[in-house]
Amino acid sequence: MAKTDVRMKTEGLNIYYGPKQAIKNVTLDIFTHRVTALIGPSGCGKSTYLRSLNRMNDLIENARVEGQVLLDGVNIYDRQVDVVELRKKVGMIFQKSNPFPKSIFENVAYGPRINGMNDKKKLDEVVERSLKQAALWDEVKDDLGKSGLSLSGGQQQRLCIARALAVDPEILLMDEPASALDPIATAKIEELVYELKNTYTIVIVTHNMQQAARVSDYTGFFYMGELIEFDETKKIFTVPAKKQTEDYITGRFG
Amino acid sequence: MERHFQRDLEQLKSNVIKMGSLVEQNLADALEAVLKNDAAIASRVISADGAVNKFEIEIDNGVVDLLALQQPVASDLRLILAIQKINNDLERIGDHAVNIAESAYRLVETPQDEPLLEIPNMAKIAKEMFQQALDAFIHLNAQLAQSVLESDDRIDALNRGMNAQVIKMIKKDQKTLEGGLELLRISRNLERVADLTTNIAEEVIFHTQARIVKHHAVEERAKRS
Repeated sequence: MAKTDVRMKTEGLNIYYGPKQAIKNVTLDIFTHRVTALIGPSGCGKSTYLRSLNRMNDLIENARVEGQVLLDGVNIYDRQVDVVELRKKVGMIFQKSNPFPKSIFENVAYGPRINGMNDKKKLDEVVERSLKQAALWDEVKDDLGKSGLSLSGGQQQRLCIARALAVDPEILLMDEPASALDPIATAKIEELVYELKNTYTIVIVTHNMQQAARVSDYTGFFYMGELIEFDETKKIFTVPAKKQTEDYITGRFG
Repeated sequence: MERHFQRDLEQLKSNVIKMGSLVEQNLADALEAVLKNDAAIASRVISADGAVNKFEIEIDNGVVDLLALQQPVASDLRLILAIQKINNDLERIGDHAVNIAESAYRLVETPQDEPLLEIPNMAKIAKEMFQQALDAFIHLNAQLAQSVLESDDRIDALNRGMNAQVIKMIKKDQKTLEGGLELLRISRNLERVADLTTNIAEEVIFHTQARIVKHHAVEERAKRS
Protein backbone atom coordinates (compact mmCIF):
# COMPACT_ATOMS: atom_id res chain seq x y z
CA MET A 1 0.00 0.00 0.00
CA ALA A 2 1.41 3.35 -1.02
CA LYS A 3 1.99 5.87 1.72
CA THR A 4 -0.23 8.93 1.34
CA ASP A 5 0.04 12.42 2.80
CA VAL A 6 -0.34 12.93 6.51
CA ARG A 7 -3.74 14.53 7.02
CA MET A 8 -3.79 14.76 10.79
CA LYS A 9 -1.03 14.33 13.27
CA THR A 10 -0.75 14.38 17.02
CA GLU A 11 2.51 15.38 18.62
CA GLY A 12 3.32 14.67 22.24
CA LEU A 13 -0.37 14.52 23.06
CA ASN A 14 -1.24 14.28 26.76
CA ILE A 15 -4.82 14.27 27.97
CA TYR A 16 -5.83 14.47 31.61
CA TYR A 17 -9.17 14.00 33.31
CA GLY A 18 -8.53 15.94 36.50
CA PRO A 19 -5.42 14.37 38.04
CA LYS A 20 -5.71 11.19 35.98
CA GLN A 21 -3.67 11.03 32.80
CA ALA A 22 -5.68 9.24 30.09
CA ILE A 23 -3.32 9.76 27.15
CA LYS A 24 0.45 9.74 27.53
CA ASN A 25 2.66 11.48 25.03
CA VAL A 26 1.07 10.08 21.88
CA THR A 27 2.62 10.97 18.55
CA LEU A 28 0.78 9.53 15.59
CA ASP A 29 0.24 10.28 11.90
CA ILE A 30 -3.14 9.83 10.23
CA PHE A 31 -2.81 9.34 6.51
CA THR A 32 -5.20 10.83 4.00
CA HIS A 33 -7.71 8.48 2.31
CA ARG A 34 -6.72 5.68 4.61
CA VAL A 35 -8.54 3.94 7.43
CA THR A 36 -6.71 4.05 10.74
CA ALA A 37 -7.99 1.71 13.44
CA LEU A 38 -7.34 2.23 17.12
CA ILE A 39 -7.46 -0.91 19.24
CA GLY A 40 -6.74 -1.78 22.85
CA PRO A 41 -8.47 -3.01 26.00
CA SER A 42 -11.22 -1.01 27.72
CA GLY A 43 -9.88 2.09 29.39
CA CYS A 44 -6.71 2.18 27.27
CA GLY A 45 -7.47 5.68 26.03
CA LYS A 46 -8.39 4.94 22.43
CA SER A 47 -11.79 6.69 22.60
CA THR A 48 -10.30 9.62 24.48
CA TYR A 49 -7.70 9.91 21.77
CA LEU A 50 -10.35 9.74 19.04
CA ARG A 51 -12.43 12.42 20.71
CA SER A 52 -9.43 14.72 20.93
CA LEU A 53 -9.28 14.79 17.14
CA ASN A 54 -12.34 17.02 16.89
CA ARG A 55 -12.21 18.48 20.38
CA MET A 56 -15.12 16.48 21.75
CA ASN A 57 -13.18 16.37 25.02
CA ASP A 58 -13.82 20.09 25.37
CA LEU A 59 -17.30 19.09 26.49
CA ILE A 60 -15.95 17.06 29.40
CA GLU A 61 -15.34 18.95 32.60
CA ASN A 62 -11.81 18.61 33.99
CA ALA A 63 -10.42 17.39 30.69
CA ARG A 64 -7.12 19.03 29.84
CA VAL A 65 -5.13 18.63 26.65
CA GLU A 66 -1.38 19.18 26.21
CA GLY A 67 0.63 18.81 23.06
CA GLN A 68 -0.61 19.30 19.54
CA VAL A 69 -3.29 17.93 17.27
CA LEU A 70 -2.47 19.15 13.81
CA LEU A 71 -4.95 19.20 10.96
CA ASP A 72 -3.22 20.20 7.75
CA GLY A 73 -0.44 21.62 9.89
CA VAL A 74 -2.66 23.78 12.12
CA ASN A 75 -3.06 22.96 15.79
CA ILE A 76 -6.80 22.49 16.30
CA TYR A 77 -6.45 23.55 19.95
CA ASP A 78 -5.20 27.00 18.94
CA ARG A 79 -7.37 29.78 20.28
CA GLN A 80 -8.31 31.12 16.85
CA VAL A 81 -9.69 27.77 15.64
CA ASP A 82 -13.49 27.78 15.33
CA VAL A 83 -14.67 24.54 16.92
CA VAL A 84 -17.89 24.46 14.89
CA GLU A 85 -15.94 24.76 11.66
CA LEU A 86 -13.51 22.09 12.91
CA ARG A 87 -16.34 19.63 13.64
CA LYS A 88 -17.78 20.25 10.20
CA LYS A 89 -14.49 19.15 8.75
CA VAL A 90 -13.95 16.33 11.24
CA GLY A 91 -17.23 14.49 11.70
CA MET A 92 -18.01 11.88 14.33
CA ILE A 93 -20.10 8.73 14.29
CA PHE A 94 -20.91 7.20 17.64
CA GLN A 95 -21.37 3.69 18.92
CA LYS A 96 -25.05 4.11 19.58
CA SER A 97 -26.92 5.45 16.61
CA ASN A 98 -28.73 8.60 17.62
CA PRO A 99 -31.10 9.77 14.90
CA PHE A 100 -33.12 12.86 15.71
CA PRO A 101 -36.85 12.24 16.27
CA LYS A 102 -37.49 13.62 12.82
CA SER A 103 -38.05 12.28 9.35
CA ILE A 104 -35.24 10.55 7.45
CA PHE A 105 -35.03 13.59 5.17
CA GLU A 106 -34.85 16.06 8.06
CA ASN A 107 -32.20 14.01 9.84
CA VAL A 108 -29.88 14.32 6.87
CA ALA A 109 -30.89 17.89 5.98
CA TYR A 110 -30.36 19.06 9.56
CA GLY A 111 -26.66 19.97 9.28
CA PRO A 112 -26.87 21.72 5.91
CA ARG A 113 -29.92 23.66 7.15
CA ILE A 114 -28.04 24.92 10.23
CA ASN A 115 -25.27 25.94 7.90
CA GLY A 116 -27.75 28.12 6.06
CA MET A 117 -28.84 25.94 3.17
CA ASN A 118 -32.52 26.56 2.55
CA ASP A 119 -32.92 25.90 -1.15
CA LYS A 120 -35.22 22.86 -1.42
CA LYS A 121 -33.59 21.60 -4.61
CA LYS A 122 -30.10 21.80 -3.10
CA LEU A 123 -31.26 20.09 0.07
CA ASP A 124 -32.85 17.33 -1.99
CA GLU A 125 -29.53 16.85 -3.74
CA VAL A 126 -27.51 16.74 -0.53
CA VAL A 127 -29.92 14.30 1.11
CA GLU A 128 -29.88 11.97 -1.89
CA ARG A 129 -26.11 12.11 -2.28
CA SER A 130 -25.49 11.54 1.44
CA LEU A 131 -27.94 8.65 1.69
CA LYS A 132 -26.38 7.09 -1.40
CA GLN A 133 -22.89 7.44 0.05
CA ALA A 134 -24.12 5.85 3.25
CA ALA A 135 -25.58 2.94 1.21
CA LEU A 136 -29.05 3.61 2.58
CA TRP A 137 -30.73 5.38 -0.37
CA ASP A 138 -32.19 2.31 -2.04
CA GLU A 139 -33.81 1.16 1.18
CA VAL A 140 -35.46 4.49 2.10
CA LYS A 141 -35.85 6.54 -1.10
CA ASP A 142 -39.59 5.86 -1.38
CA ASP A 143 -40.35 7.00 2.15
CA LEU A 144 -38.08 9.83 3.18
CA GLY A 145 -40.85 11.28 5.34
CA LYS A 146 -40.79 8.28 7.66
CA SER A 147 -39.32 8.81 11.12
CA GLY A 148 -35.61 8.04 11.43
CA LEU A 149 -36.42 6.15 14.60
CA SER A 150 -38.57 3.66 12.70
CA LEU A 151 -35.52 2.26 10.90
CA SER A 152 -33.66 -0.87 12.02
CA GLY A 153 -30.49 -0.51 14.11
CA GLY A 154 -28.19 -0.95 11.15
CA GLN A 155 -30.22 1.48 9.05
CA GLN A 156 -30.20 4.02 11.87
CA GLN A 157 -26.43 3.83 12.04
CA ARG A 158 -26.17 4.39 8.28
CA LEU A 159 -28.61 7.29 8.64
CA CYS A 160 -26.24 8.82 11.19
CA ILE A 161 -23.38 8.31 8.77
CA ALA A 162 -25.44 10.03 6.04
CA ARG A 163 -26.15 12.86 8.46
CA ALA A 164 -22.45 13.24 9.16
CA LEU A 165 -21.63 13.17 5.44
CA ALA A 166 -24.26 15.81 4.60
CA VAL A 167 -22.08 18.64 5.96
CA ASP A 168 -19.19 17.68 3.69
CA PRO A 169 -16.62 16.55 6.24
CA GLU A 170 -13.13 15.53 5.20
CA ILE A 171 -12.33 13.30 8.11
CA LEU A 172 -14.65 10.81 9.78
CA LEU A 173 -14.13 9.62 13.32
CA MET A 174 -16.01 6.46 14.19
CA ASP A 175 -16.34 5.26 17.75
CA GLU A 176 -17.34 1.58 17.73
CA PRO A 177 -19.77 2.21 14.86
CA ALA A 178 -20.87 -1.41 14.52
CA SER A 179 -20.64 -2.80 18.03
CA ALA A 180 -24.40 -2.80 18.55
CA LEU A 181 -25.21 -4.31 15.16
CA ASP A 182 -25.82 -7.83 13.92
CA PRO A 183 -23.27 -9.44 11.56
CA ILE A 184 -25.08 -8.44 8.37
CA ALA A 185 -25.52 -4.81 9.43
CA THR A 186 -21.89 -4.88 10.61
CA ALA A 187 -20.72 -6.16 7.25
CA LYS A 188 -22.61 -3.29 5.56
CA ILE A 189 -20.94 -0.70 7.79
CA GLU A 190 -17.55 -2.29 7.13
CA GLU A 191 -18.10 -2.25 3.36
CA LEU A 192 -19.20 1.34 3.68
CA VAL A 193 -16.01 2.27 5.55
CA TYR A 194 -14.04 0.61 2.78
CA GLU A 195 -15.89 2.64 0.13
CA LEU A 196 -15.80 5.91 2.02
CA LYS A 197 -12.05 5.99 2.36
CA ASN A 198 -11.81 6.91 -1.31
CA THR A 199 -13.40 10.23 -0.40
CA TYR A 200 -12.63 10.66 3.28
CA THR A 201 -9.93 9.98 5.82
CA ILE A 202 -11.25 7.66 8.51
CA VAL A 203 -10.23 6.90 12.07
CA ILE A 204 -12.15 4.09 13.73
CA VAL A 205 -12.10 2.84 17.28
CA THR A 206 -13.12 -0.76 17.64
CA HIS A 207 -13.12 -3.50 20.25
CA ASN A 208 -13.46 -6.03 17.51
CA MET A 209 -9.96 -6.86 16.39
CA GLN A 210 -11.12 -8.78 13.36
CA GLN A 211 -13.02 -5.70 12.30
CA ALA A 212 -9.86 -3.60 12.65
CA ALA A 213 -8.05 -6.20 10.56
CA ARG A 214 -10.78 -6.23 7.90
CA VAL A 215 -11.37 -2.52 7.41
CA SER A 216 -8.22 -0.63 8.26
CA ASP A 217 -4.96 0.17 6.50
CA TYR A 218 -3.14 1.24 9.66
CA THR A 219 -3.61 0.11 13.22
CA GLY A 220 -2.55 1.70 16.48
CA PHE A 221 -2.50 -0.37 19.65
CA PHE A 222 -3.13 1.60 22.85
CA TYR A 223 -2.47 0.34 26.34
CA MET A 224 -2.86 2.33 29.55
CA GLY A 225 -2.87 5.61 27.71
CA GLU A 226 0.21 4.90 25.65
CA LEU A 227 0.47 4.15 21.98
CA ILE A 228 2.39 0.90 22.14
CA GLU A 229 2.66 0.23 18.43
CA PHE A 230 1.49 1.80 15.20
CA ASP A 231 2.01 0.24 11.80
CA GLU A 232 0.36 -1.08 8.69
CA THR A 233 -2.56 -3.29 9.74
CA LYS A 234 -1.14 -6.16 7.72
CA LYS A 235 2.03 -6.02 9.76
CA ILE A 236 0.30 -5.61 13.13
CA PHE A 237 -1.78 -8.74 12.53
CA THR A 238 0.97 -10.92 11.09
CA VAL A 239 4.24 -9.78 12.64
CA PRO A 240 3.72 -7.22 15.38
CA ALA A 241 6.98 -5.71 16.60
CA LYS A 242 6.04 -5.43 20.26
CA LYS A 243 5.33 -8.33 22.57
CA GLN A 244 2.47 -6.41 24.24
CA THR A 245 0.75 -6.06 20.87
CA GLU A 246 1.24 -9.74 20.10
CA ASP A 247 -0.12 -10.71 23.52
CA TYR A 248 -3.18 -8.51 23.09
CA ILE A 249 -4.16 -9.53 19.57
CA THR A 250 -3.59 -13.22 20.25
CA GLY A 251 -5.65 -13.02 23.43
CA ARG A 252 -2.81 -13.82 25.82
CA PHE A 253 -3.26 -10.60 27.70
CA GLY A 254 -3.15 -10.27 31.48
CA MET B 1 -5.43 -16.57 31.27
CA GLU B 2 -4.95 -19.55 29.01
CA ARG B 3 -7.61 -19.82 26.37
CA HIS B 4 -8.84 -23.15 25.09
CA PHE B 5 -7.52 -21.98 21.73
CA GLN B 6 -3.99 -22.24 23.06
CA ARG B 7 -4.63 -25.74 24.32
CA ASP B 8 -6.05 -26.73 20.93
CA LEU B 9 -3.03 -25.24 19.20
CA GLU B 10 -0.65 -27.13 21.53
CA GLN B 11 -2.59 -30.31 20.78
CA LEU B 12 -2.22 -29.68 17.06
CA LYS B 13 1.50 -29.10 17.45
CA SER B 14 1.84 -32.25 19.51
CA ASN B 15 0.08 -34.24 16.78
CA VAL B 16 2.59 -32.94 14.26
CA ILE B 17 5.43 -34.06 16.54
CA LYS B 18 3.86 -37.52 16.90
CA MET B 19 3.40 -37.77 13.15
CA GLY B 20 7.00 -36.59 12.67
CA SER B 21 8.30 -39.29 15.01
CA LEU B 22 6.36 -41.92 13.12
CA VAL B 23 7.74 -40.72 9.78
CA GLU B 24 11.24 -40.59 11.28
CA GLN B 25 10.88 -44.22 12.35
CA ASN B 26 9.53 -45.29 8.95
CA LEU B 27 12.33 -43.53 7.13
CA ALA B 28 14.95 -45.11 9.41
CA ASP B 29 13.36 -48.56 8.94
CA ALA B 30 13.16 -48.18 5.17
CA LEU B 31 16.83 -47.30 5.02
CA GLU B 32 17.72 -50.12 7.38
CA ALA B 33 15.84 -52.49 5.07
CA VAL B 34 18.03 -51.28 2.20
CA LEU B 35 21.30 -51.42 4.12
CA LYS B 36 20.59 -54.82 5.69
CA ASN B 37 18.85 -56.26 2.64
CA ASP B 38 15.91 -57.14 4.88
CA ALA B 39 12.46 -57.69 3.32
CA ALA B 40 10.70 -58.07 6.67
CA ILE B 41 11.65 -54.58 7.79
CA ALA B 42 10.63 -53.26 4.38
CA SER B 43 7.14 -54.69 4.64
CA ARG B 44 6.78 -53.23 8.13
CA VAL B 45 7.33 -49.74 6.67
CA ILE B 46 4.77 -50.32 3.95
CA SER B 47 2.09 -51.31 6.42
CA ALA B 48 2.92 -48.47 8.85
CA ASP B 49 2.13 -45.74 6.31
CA GLY B 50 -1.61 -45.88 7.02
CA ALA B 51 -1.02 -44.38 10.47
CA VAL B 52 0.88 -41.46 8.89
CA ASN B 53 -2.01 -40.79 6.51
CA LYS B 54 -4.45 -40.84 9.39
CA PHE B 55 -2.42 -38.19 11.18
CA GLU B 56 -2.36 -36.07 8.05
CA ILE B 57 -6.14 -35.96 7.88
CA GLU B 58 -6.51 -35.32 11.59
CA ILE B 59 -4.04 -32.40 11.45
CA ASP B 60 -5.71 -31.01 8.33
CA ASN B 61 -9.04 -30.97 10.14
CA GLY B 62 -7.46 -29.36 13.19
CA VAL B 63 -5.98 -26.59 11.02
CA VAL B 64 -9.32 -25.88 9.32
CA ASP B 65 -11.13 -25.80 12.68
CA LEU B 66 -8.70 -23.35 14.25
CA LEU B 67 -8.67 -21.07 11.20
CA ALA B 68 -12.45 -21.05 10.89
CA LEU B 69 -13.34 -20.78 14.54
CA GLN B 70 -10.56 -18.80 16.17
CA GLN B 71 -9.33 -16.35 13.52
CA PRO B 72 -5.75 -16.62 14.75
CA VAL B 73 -3.32 -13.78 14.15
CA ALA B 74 0.40 -13.02 14.45
CA SER B 75 2.63 -15.88 15.71
CA ASP B 76 -0.41 -18.13 16.22
CA LEU B 77 -1.39 -17.64 12.61
CA ARG B 78 2.16 -18.26 11.41
CA LEU B 79 2.38 -21.45 13.49
CA ILE B 80 -0.87 -22.79 12.05
CA LEU B 81 0.20 -21.96 8.49
CA ALA B 82 3.56 -23.61 9.15
CA ILE B 83 1.83 -26.69 10.57
CA GLN B 84 -0.38 -26.97 7.51
CA LYS B 85 2.64 -27.10 5.23
CA ILE B 86 4.76 -29.29 7.50
CA ASN B 87 1.85 -31.74 7.67
CA ASN B 88 1.91 -32.01 3.91
CA ASP B 89 5.71 -32.35 3.82
CA LEU B 90 5.67 -35.10 6.46
CA GLU B 91 3.04 -37.07 4.62
CA ARG B 92 5.09 -36.96 1.44
CA ILE B 93 8.29 -37.92 3.25
CA GLY B 94 6.27 -40.88 4.56
CA ASP B 95 5.41 -41.79 0.96
CA HIS B 96 9.07 -41.61 -0.03
CA ALA B 97 9.93 -43.90 2.87
CA VAL B 98 7.41 -46.37 1.43
CA ASN B 99 9.00 -46.02 -2.03
CA ILE B 100 12.41 -46.73 -0.51
CA ALA B 101 11.00 -49.74 1.36
CA GLU B 102 9.52 -51.05 -1.90
CA SER B 103 12.90 -50.69 -3.58
CA ALA B 104 14.50 -52.53 -0.63
CA TYR B 105 11.95 -55.30 -1.13
CA ARG B 106 12.81 -55.63 -4.80
CA LEU B 107 16.53 -55.39 -4.11
CA VAL B 108 16.28 -58.47 -1.90
CA GLU B 109 14.98 -60.38 -4.91
CA THR B 110 17.64 -59.26 -7.42
CA PRO B 111 20.18 -61.96 -8.26
CA GLN B 112 23.21 -59.78 -7.57
CA ASP B 113 24.48 -58.24 -4.35
CA GLU B 114 25.26 -54.81 -5.77
CA PRO B 115 27.40 -52.37 -3.81
CA LEU B 116 25.18 -49.61 -2.38
CA LEU B 117 27.57 -46.88 -3.61
CA GLU B 118 26.61 -43.50 -2.01
CA ILE B 119 23.33 -44.72 -0.52
CA PRO B 120 24.63 -45.31 3.03
CA ASN B 121 26.19 -41.86 3.04
CA MET B 122 23.01 -40.21 1.72
CA ALA B 123 20.88 -42.15 4.18
CA LYS B 124 22.96 -40.91 7.08
CA ILE B 125 22.72 -37.26 6.00
CA ALA B 126 18.98 -37.46 5.22
CA LYS B 127 18.21 -39.02 8.59
CA GLU B 128 20.28 -36.38 10.38
CA MET B 129 18.59 -33.59 8.47
CA PHE B 130 15.17 -34.93 9.27
CA GLN B 131 15.96 -35.30 12.94
CA GLN B 132 17.30 -31.74 13.07
CA ALA B 133 14.28 -30.32 11.26
CA LEU B 134 11.92 -32.07 13.65
CA ASP B 135 13.93 -30.86 16.65
CA ALA B 136 13.92 -27.37 15.21
CA PHE B 137 10.12 -27.55 15.00
CA ILE B 138 9.73 -28.99 18.51
CA HIS B 139 11.89 -26.27 20.09
CA LEU B 140 11.06 -23.62 17.47
CA ASN B 141 14.78 -23.17 16.97
CA ALA B 142 15.54 -21.15 13.84
CA GLN B 143 19.29 -21.66 14.13
CA LEU B 144 18.95 -25.42 13.99
CA ALA B 145 16.54 -25.03 11.06
CA GLN B 146 19.13 -22.95 9.26
CA SER B 147 21.70 -25.74 9.53
CA VAL B 148 19.24 -28.13 7.85
CA LEU B 149 19.09 -25.84 4.82
CA GLU B 150 22.85 -26.04 4.50
CA SER B 151 22.91 -29.85 4.42
CA ASP B 152 20.58 -30.09 1.44
CA ASP B 153 23.36 -29.30 -1.04
CA ARG B 154 25.37 -32.31 0.13
CA ILE B 155 22.51 -34.67 -0.69
CA ASP B 156 21.99 -33.03 -4.09
CA ALA B 157 25.67 -33.51 -4.94
CA LEU B 158 25.66 -37.17 -3.88
CA ASN B 159 22.48 -37.81 -5.87
CA ARG B 160 24.04 -36.38 -9.00
CA GLY B 161 27.13 -38.52 -8.40
CA MET B 162 24.99 -41.65 -8.14
CA ASN B 163 23.92 -41.45 -11.79
CA ALA B 164 27.45 -41.71 -13.08
CA GLN B 165 28.39 -44.43 -10.63
CA VAL B 166 25.36 -46.59 -11.45
CA ILE B 167 25.89 -46.22 -15.22
CA LYS B 168 29.50 -47.28 -14.75
CA MET B 169 28.46 -50.27 -12.65
CA ILE B 170 25.87 -51.47 -15.20
CA LYS B 171 28.29 -51.04 -18.09
CA LYS B 172 30.78 -53.21 -16.27
CA ASP B 173 28.29 -55.93 -15.38
CA GLN B 174 24.88 -56.02 -17.07
CA LYS B 175 23.50 -58.31 -14.41
CA THR B 176 23.48 -55.32 -12.04
CA LEU B 177 20.88 -53.55 -14.24
CA GLU B 178 17.84 -54.24 -12.06
CA GLY B 179 19.64 -53.50 -8.83
CA GLY B 180 21.24 -50.40 -10.30
CA LEU B 181 17.85 -48.99 -11.27
CA GLU B 182 16.56 -49.60 -7.74
CA LEU B 183 19.58 -47.76 -6.33
CA LEU B 184 18.81 -44.79 -8.57
CA ARG B 185 15.22 -44.83 -7.36
CA ILE B 186 16.35 -44.87 -3.74
CA SER B 187 18.80 -42.06 -4.41
CA ARG B 188 16.10 -39.94 -6.03
CA ASN B 189 13.72 -40.64 -3.17
CA LEU B 190 16.37 -39.59 -0.66
CA GLU B 191 16.96 -36.41 -2.61
CA ARG B 192 13.22 -35.67 -2.40
CA VAL B 193 13.20 -36.47 1.33
CA ALA B 194 16.00 -33.94 1.83
CA ASP B 195 14.08 -31.31 -0.18
CA LEU B 196 10.91 -31.81 1.82
CA THR B 197 12.92 -31.75 5.03
CA THR B 198 14.36 -28.44 3.89
CA ASN B 199 10.79 -27.17 3.46
CA ILE B 200 10.04 -28.09 7.05
CA ALA B 201 13.10 -26.14 8.21
CA GLU B 202 11.99 -23.17 6.11
CA GLU B 203 8.57 -23.26 7.75
CA VAL B 204 10.18 -23.24 11.19
CA ILE B 205 12.12 -20.14 10.20
CA PHE B 206 8.91 -18.57 8.86
CA HIS B 207 7.11 -19.23 12.11
CA THR B 208 9.84 -18.12 14.48
CA GLN B 209 11.24 -15.17 12.57
CA ALA B 210 8.41 -14.29 10.17
CA ARG B 211 11.07 -14.49 7.48
CA ILE B 212 10.46 -16.26 4.19
CA VAL B 213 13.69 -17.98 3.22
CA LYS B 214 12.39 -20.11 0.36
CA HIS B 215 13.29 -17.79 -2.47
CA HIS B 216 16.62 -16.72 -1.05
CA ALA B 217 17.50 -20.37 -0.90
CA VAL B 218 16.45 -20.81 -4.51
CA GLU B 219 18.53 -17.82 -5.60
CA GLU B 220 21.51 -19.03 -3.61
CA ARG B 221 21.29 -22.45 -5.19
CA ALA B 222 20.84 -20.99 -8.65
CA LYS B 223 24.01 -18.98 -8.16
CA ARG B 224 25.97 -22.02 -7.11
CA SER B 225 24.78 -24.38 -9.82
